[in-house]
Amino acid sequence: MDLTTRYLGLTLKNPIVPSASPMSETIDGICKMEDAGASAIVLYSLFEEQINAESHELDHYLSYGIESFAEALNYFPEAETYAVGPDKYLNLINRAKQVTDIPIIGSLNGVSSGGWIDYATKIEQAGADALELNIYYIPTDVNLPGTEVEQMYVDVVRDVKNSVSIPVAVKVSPYFSSTAHMAKKLVEAGASGLVLFNRFYQPDFDLEKLEVAPRLALSSVNTPNALRLPLRWIAILYGQLDVDFALTSGIHTYQDVLKGLMAGANVTMMASELLHFGTGRITEILADLQAWMEEHEYESVKQMQGSMSQKHVAEPAAFERANYMKVLHSWRPDPTTVN
Amino acid sequence: MTREQVTIDGNEAAAYVAHKTNEVIAIYPITPSSPMGEHADAWSAQGKPNIWGTIPNVVEMQAEGGAAGAVHGALQAGALTTTFTASQGLLLMIPNMYKIAGELTSTVFHIAARSVAAQALSIFGDHSDVMAARATGWGMLFSNSVQEVMDFALIAQASTLEARVPFLHAFDGFRTSHEVMKVEKLLDEDIRAMIDDDLVRAHRARGLTPDAPVIRGTAQNPDVFFQARETVNPYYMATPAIVQQAMDKFAGLTGRQYNLFDYVGAPDAERVIVLMGSGAETVEETVNYLVAQGEKVGVVKVRLYRPFAVERFLAALPATVKVVATLDRTKEPGGAGEPLYQDVVTAISEGIANGDAPFETAPRVIGGRYGLSSKEFNPAMVKGLFDEMTKDRPKNHFTVGIIDDVTHTSIDYDPAFNIEPSDVVRAMFWGLGSDGTVGANKNSIKIIGEETPNFAQGYFVYDSKKAGARTISHLRFGPRPIRSTYLIEKASFVAVHQFGFLERYNVLDAAEEGATFLLNSPYSKDEVWDKLPREVQRQIVDKKLNFYVINAYDVAKETGMGVRINTIMQTCFFAISGVLPREEAIAQIKKAIKKTYGKRGEAVVQKNYAAVDASIANMYQVEVPGQVTSTIEMPPVVPASAPEFVQKVTAPIIAGHGDALPVSAMPIDGTYPTGTTQWEKRNIALEIPVWDENVCIQCGKCVMVCPHAVIRSKVYDGSALENAPATFKSTDARWKELPGQKYTLQVAPEDCTGCQLCVEVCPAKNKSQVGRKAINMEPQIPIREQEAANWDFFLSLPEVPRTNGVKFSNVKNVQLLQPLFEFSGACAGCGETPYLKLLSQLFGDRAVIANATGCSSIYGGNLPTTPWAQNNQGRGPAWSNSLFEDNAEFGLGMRLTVDKQNQYARELVARLKDTIGAELAEALLTTDQSDEAGIEAQRSSVETLKAKLQSQNSPEARDLLSLADKLVKKSVWIVGGDGWAYDIGYGGLDHVLASGRNINVLVLDTEVYSNTGGQASKATPLGAVAKFAAGGKPTAKKDLGMIAMSYGNIYVAEIAMGANDGQVVKAFREAESYNGPSLIIAYSHCIAHGINMAKGLEQQKLAVESGYWPLYRFDPRLKDEGKNPLQLDSRDPKVPLKDYMYKENRYKMLVKSNPEVASQLLTQAQKVVSDRWAKYKQLAGKEK
Repeated sequence: MDLTTRYLGLTLKNPIVPSASPMSETIDGICKMEDAGASAIVLYSLFEEQINAESHELDHYLSYGIESFAEALNYFPEAETYAVGPDKYLNLINRAKQVTDIPIIGSLNGVSSGGWIDYATKIEQAGADALELNIYYIPTDVNLPGTEVEQMYVDVVRDVKNSVSIPVAVKVSPYFSSTAHMAKKLVEAGASGLVLFNRFYQPDFDLEKLEVAPRLALSSVNTPNALRLPLRWIAILYGQLDVDFALTSGIHTYQDVLKGLMAGANVTMMASELLHFGTGRITEILADLQAWMEEHEYESVKQMQGSMSQKHVAEPAAFERANYMKVLHSWRPDPTTVN
Repeated sequence: MTREQVTIDGNEAAAYVAHKTNEVIAIYPITPSSPMGEHADAWSAQGKPNIWGTIPNVVEMQAEGGAAGAVHGALQAGALTTTFTASQGLLLMIPNMYKIAGELTSTVFHIAARSVAAQALSIFGDHSDVMAARATGWGMLFSNSVQEVMDFALIAQASTLEARVPFLHAFDGFRTSHEVMKVEKLLDEDIRAMIDDDLVRAHRARGLTPDAPVIRGTAQNPDVFFQARETVNPYYMATPAIVQQAMDKFAGLTGRQYNLFDYVGAPDAERVIVLMGSGAETVEETVNYLVAQGEKVGVVKVRLYRPFAVERFLAALPATVKVVATLDRTKEPGGAGEPLYQDVVTAISEGIANGDAPFETAPRVIGGRYGLSSKEFNPAMVKGLFDEMTKDRPKNHFTVGIIDDVTHTSIDYDPAFNIEPSDVVRAMFWGLGSDGTVGANKNSIKIIGEETPNFAQGYFVYDSKKAGARTISHLRFGPRPIRSTYLIEKASFVAVHQFGFLERYNVLDAAEEGATFLLNSPYSKDEVWDKLPREVQRQIVDKKLNFYVINAYDVAKETGMGVRINTIMQTCFFAISGVLPREEAIAQIKKAIKKTYGKRGEAVVQKNYAAVDASIANMYQVEVPGQVTSTIEMPPVVPASAPEFVQKVTAPIIAGHGDALPVSAMPIDGTYPTGTTQWEKRNIALEIPVWDENVCIQCGKCVMVCPHAVIRSKVYDGSALENAPATFKSTDARWKELPGQKYTLQVAPEDCTGCQLCVEVCPAKNKSQVGRKAINMEPQIPIREQEAANWDFFLSLPEVPRTNGVKFSNVKNVQLLQPLFEFSGACAGCGETPYLKLLSQLFGDRAVIANATGCSSIYGGNLPTTPWAQNNQGRGPAWSNSLFEDNAEFGLGMRLTVDKQNQYARELVARLKDTIGAELAEALLTTDQSDEAGIEAQRSSVETLKAKLQSQNSPEARDLLSLADKLVKKSVWIVGGDGWAYDIGYGGLDHVLASGRNINVLVLDTEVYSNTGGQASKATPLGAVAKFAAGGKPTAKKDLGMIAMSYGNIYVAEIAMGANDGQVVKAFREAESYNGPSLIIAYSHCIAHGINMAKGLEQQKLAVESGYWPLYRFDPRLKDEGKNPLQLDSRDPKVPLKDYMYKENRYKMLVKSNPEVASQLLTQAQKVVSDRWAKYKQLAGKEK
C-alpha cells in the first residue's frame, strides 16, 4: 500500500499533515505528532502583528510612569535582552529540524511588506522545508474595492517568493468574488501550493455582559459543512491549475481524508480533531485509511487523488450553481405523501 | 591607556566601583541611594563579575539595620562587603557602624547624602545624615562631582584596606547622585592597580573561621574598656597619610590629582570659603571668576573630613587669609556651630597654639548653613558670602539662600549676579513625566557627551505629585568640564513641551536675550501668537526670542508614538540648537534610539525613527510681531475664597515660588492645616467622566473606586435645586429609606485625573448603545467651566446626615458619606487610595492615623497641598507620619494616649458628677457608641458638658474641659504599604498586633516598594520581576494574614475592591468595631505591576478568581458564638493562575527575558496558590 504523496515538491510518507495550531508550539508537541504518524508539520503561525504588539507592549510598560517622580524614576529592572521578535519561533524550527525526520513547514502572517519578506527569509534560514503564508485581511472599509484587496494578496506572494527559495504555499479564505481566478493569480504570483481554507475567529455576543466575545468555532465531526467548502473548491480547481492543494478545516475521519484526496488534495490537514482527541487520532485515521483502501482495493493515494474532481466526475455540473438548486429540490416534501 | 567617556549619574558611578571591588553587597531601597543597589543587583543578575572574576553576591535585606547587620557579619567572615544608603537608612546603620569601626574592619559604605527628617521628611540632599554618623569612627570622604564619585569610591576602597578604618563615601543626594555627567570611566586595570591583593587577603585572613577560631565582640568592664578603646588611635593617625598616598597613586594612573584638602583661588587670598560636597564646585567656579576679576578669594574643598587632618588643613590655607567662612550643609540646633565650623575653629586654634599655622594671626572664622534639602546654592550666594566677609563684623552663624526674617541669620546677595559663560549651551525643557521629556534629554546628553568633544551635564527637577507630574530638565553642554552644580538661571534654549504650562508657570523667566524658544503647540505658526498669554508674549518680544512651534502630539499620533513626544522634541532641539550639524544629529539620535530601544524590538525602533523623520518637517519658526497683543492673563493660583494660609504660603509653593517664602511664613513645628488639595486645581485630565442619569442605577461603585474622590453623590430634597445651574443633573433617588428625594452624581472636573476606573467598574450599560454606560469619558476642556460650576453647586448641597436611618453597611449607601480624603497626588488609577477614602468616609470624623513612610505618606502628606480633609463640622482625620520602620508602634502610641485620656476623662466625669449633673454624667459614661446614632448622642452630651464646664474653675473641671472630646470614641488606624508591614516594620507590627490593643491596621499591599520604584518586598509574589529580583522572585509571598490569624485574637481580613467591594465595606466595619487588634490586607493594584491602570480592578478580580488572592475574614468574635472564625469570601479558583499573571508586565517580562525560568516559576506559583487555597478551605471548615 503506497500512502506517499507529493506536496510542495516534498515527498511525504502519507497525506496527513497537522495544520498550524498550538500543538506545534513546543518540541514535545511536534515530536508527539511525528510519532503518531504525521508526514509533515505546519508550525503554528508567526504573526508579525503579534511580534510588533509584544514589542510595543513591552516598551509601553517599561516606559509607563517613568521619569515622573523623583523617588521612582522607573519601575522595572532592565534585562540585558528580551525575547521579542521572531527568535523563539526560529529556534523552534531549528530544533524541530534537528529532532524530527519529517518536513517542517513554517507558517507566517505578516502585516507589512518588509515584515513578510524579512520573516520569510528568516524562516528559510532557520531550516524550514517550506513556507505557508497565512494571509488574511478583513476589509471593513466601505471604500476599499475587492480588486485592491486581491492585489495585496498577490503582492505578498510575489514578494515572498522573490526572496526565498523554499516552496511557498498560500492559505487563503474563501471570501473572494471569483475564488478560481484568485487562485490562478496566486499561482501566477509564485504559489506552489494552495491551502483551502483559512477559518477565522467570528464574533459572538455575550448577552449577560452585553459584550462581543471573539471565538474560534472549532469544527467537529458534527459540523461536516466545514469540509464541504474546501472540498468543492479543490474539486473545481484540480487540474485547472499547476499547483498542489492542501485541504484544511473539517478533517476528522479517514472518510474526510479520502474525500479530500479524491477531490484533488495532495494533503489533508487537521488541527481541531487533534486538539480535542489527541495526536493518537493521526495513527487511528491512518490505520482506518489503510484498511478502507485495502478493502476497496486501492493501491496508492496517488491513484485516488483528483478522482472525484470536477474534471473527473460523471456530473461536473454538480459542483456548480445548479447543485444548489438540486439540494433545495431534494428537501421538498414528497408530493405523494399523504399528511 | 584610553578610557571610555561615559555619561552617567553619581549613583551609577559609585555602584560601578563598588560592584567591581566587593564580594558581598547587602542592599535596601531608600531615596536617593536606591539606584546604587538596583545597579548592583541588576549587574549581578546579568552575570557581571568583579575585578577578581567572580560575581558579587547581592542580597536585599528587610531594613537598613538588617543590611548593616548582614554587612557586619559578612565582613566578620572575611568578605569584601559594601552597602548603599542615605538619610534614616544611615541612621539605622549607626549601631553597627560603631562595631565595625571598633573592630577595625575595612569597608566602604556609599552614601547619597540626604536630609534627615525633622519637622518634615525630605528626600533631597544635605549632609545631616552623614554628619549624624561622624562620631562612629568611620573615615569620611566627600565627592563633589560625578567624576569624583567614581574616583573617590576607588580611593576609599584602596584606603580602607590599608588603613583598616571603615569609610563612608558621601556625595550629595540628587545634585550628584542623580546628575548625569560626562565622566572618564575607570578601567579594570585602574581598579586592580589601586587594590592591593595582599591587603584583600589580609582582610580575609581576619575573618572568623573555625579553622583558626577566635572570639570577637566580647563584653568588657570598667577595668579595661577604656584602654581597649584607645588601641585604635595609631590607625586613625595613619589614615590621612594612607588616603593621600592612595590619591597620589590614583593621580599617577589617571592624571587626576586630589588632596585631602584642595585649595583653589588666589595665592594671596584674604577671604577663603571652606566646604565639602557639590556646593564646592559652585564655589570653585565662582572663585575662578572672581579671581579673574582681581579679587583675593579662594576655596578649600574638604575631601577627607574624618579623620580630620589638622596640619594638612592648615597647610592648605594661604598665609594671607584674613577671613575664613565655613559652609555646612546641615543644622545642629543648639550647637556652638555646625560640625565643619567647629572643626575649622579647632584646627586654626590648635594651629596657632602649636605654631603649625601658615599665619601668625588667627583669621576670623565665621560659619553658616546653606543648601538644606537641596536648596539652591549658586554663584550669587557665593558672591554674597564673599561680600559679607569684607565687612568689619561679618555675620556669624549665618544662613545663605533663604530669607530669615525671624532670627535674621540670612546674608544678603544679589540674585542677578550670574557667571555662566556664553559658550556653554544652557537648555531648559518643561515637560510632563508621561511625555518622555526627561528620558529624551538623558539620551541627548549621552549623544553630546559620548559623540562629541563637548562636556555635558543634566539635572532634572521633578514634581511632588505622581499623577500629571511636571518635569524640568536642565542641560548644559560646553567645551570645558562643567562645575555649575545649580539650576540654569540664564537659558540659551527653552523648550516647553506642554502648551498648558504657559498659563501656569513663568516658563520664560530664565530665557536670556536672543534665546531660542521651542513650543509644542496645538496651534499652527500663524495661529499660535494669539493664543499666548500676555506675559509670554511680552517676554518673547522683550527678550527677542527666536520662537519655533511644532504640533508634537499630532506627529506622535501619526507615527504611533501615542502621547510620548520625547523623540520628536529631541529632534527639534538638535535641529535648531546647533549643538551638532543637523544631519549628524539625526544620525546620532537614530543611533541612540537603536541603542536604547533595540532590545525591545524592531517595531519600537522603527516607530521612533518615523517620529524623528516627521519632526523637522512639522517644525516652524514663528514670525514674532513687534508688540504684545494678548489679553490672556495668567489666572490666580488659588481662588480668592481660599483661606489665608493657603493664599500666603500654599499658593506660592504651588506656583513654584516657594524659595521666596521667608522663615516667618513657615509653621514652626511642622503642623499644617488639612484639606488643602481642594485649592489646587490641576486640570490634568484630558477626558473626564460624564454622568448619564437615565442609565445610572445609583449603585455607588464608581464613587467607591474613584482614587481621587472626584466622583461623589448626594441625596437631597428637591427644593435645594432652586438655584441649580442650568446643566446641573438630578434624578429621583432610589432609596426606600429616603423617599421623594433627589439624587445627583457629580464629577469634580478640575481634580479628576482621567483614570477611567469609574467607567470600567460601572455595571449599567445603555440599552441602545451598549458601548456607553451610566458614566462615559468625554473631553474635559469643552465642559470644564460648566462642570466646575456644577461641582461648586453640588458642594453647596447639604451632606447626607450620618444618622438619617440609612445603614452605611453596603457600597450603595456608603457612597453618600462625605469623603475626607480627596484629590491626592497619587498616580492616576491608584489602587491604594480608594481604601483610604473609604476609611475616611466610614470613620474619618473620629480617626487618628499613623502612616508609614511610602506612597501613602507622600501622596498623603507632601507639600504643597495635602488630601486629608475636614467635614463641615471641622472634624476629620488627624494624620501623622513618623518613620518607615516604626509605624505600628507609632500608631499604638496614639492608641495608648487615646485610651489613657479617655480613661482619665471618664474618671473626671465620675468625680465631677455632682457638678455636671448625675444624668449627664450617666449619659457620658454609658452611652453605647457602637453606631453613628450613639456617637452623635455622645457628641451632644460632650457639648452640654463643655458648656457646663466653661464656668468652672477647679483644676479638675479645667482638666475635664481639655479632655471632654476624648469621651467620644476614636478610631485609631495604622496605615502603610507592604514594604513597611512585611519587611522593615514587621517586627513592630507583630508586637503591636500581639498587644491586644484596639488598633486597626490597613496594609495597602502593592507587593513592592512602590514609592521608591518597585523594589521587591516579602510581599512580592513568586515569579514576579521587581527591582532586587531582576531574575524573577524565586520565593513565595509571605502569608501575613495567616501569621496574624495564628494569634487567635486578631481580626484579619484579606480584601480586593475590584473583586468584592461589598466584602471590603464589611471588613472595614468589622475591623473597626472589633475591640482588639485588626489587620486588613488590601490588594492594591499599582503602576509597578506593569498594567493598564484603568484595568486595575479587573486584575484584582482575576487575582481572586485564580485563587491567588483569597478573600476572607477571620473574626475572633465568631468563636464566642461557637462558629469557625474564618470565613472564606471567595470561591474555588476558576481560572488558571497564568491567566491572571500574564496580564501584568511584572510577570510577563520574565517570559521575555528568561522564558525557561518563567515557566518553572509559573509551575511553582500555581502549586503555591493551589496549596494555599486548599489550606484555607480546610481551616474554614469547607473541606475535610
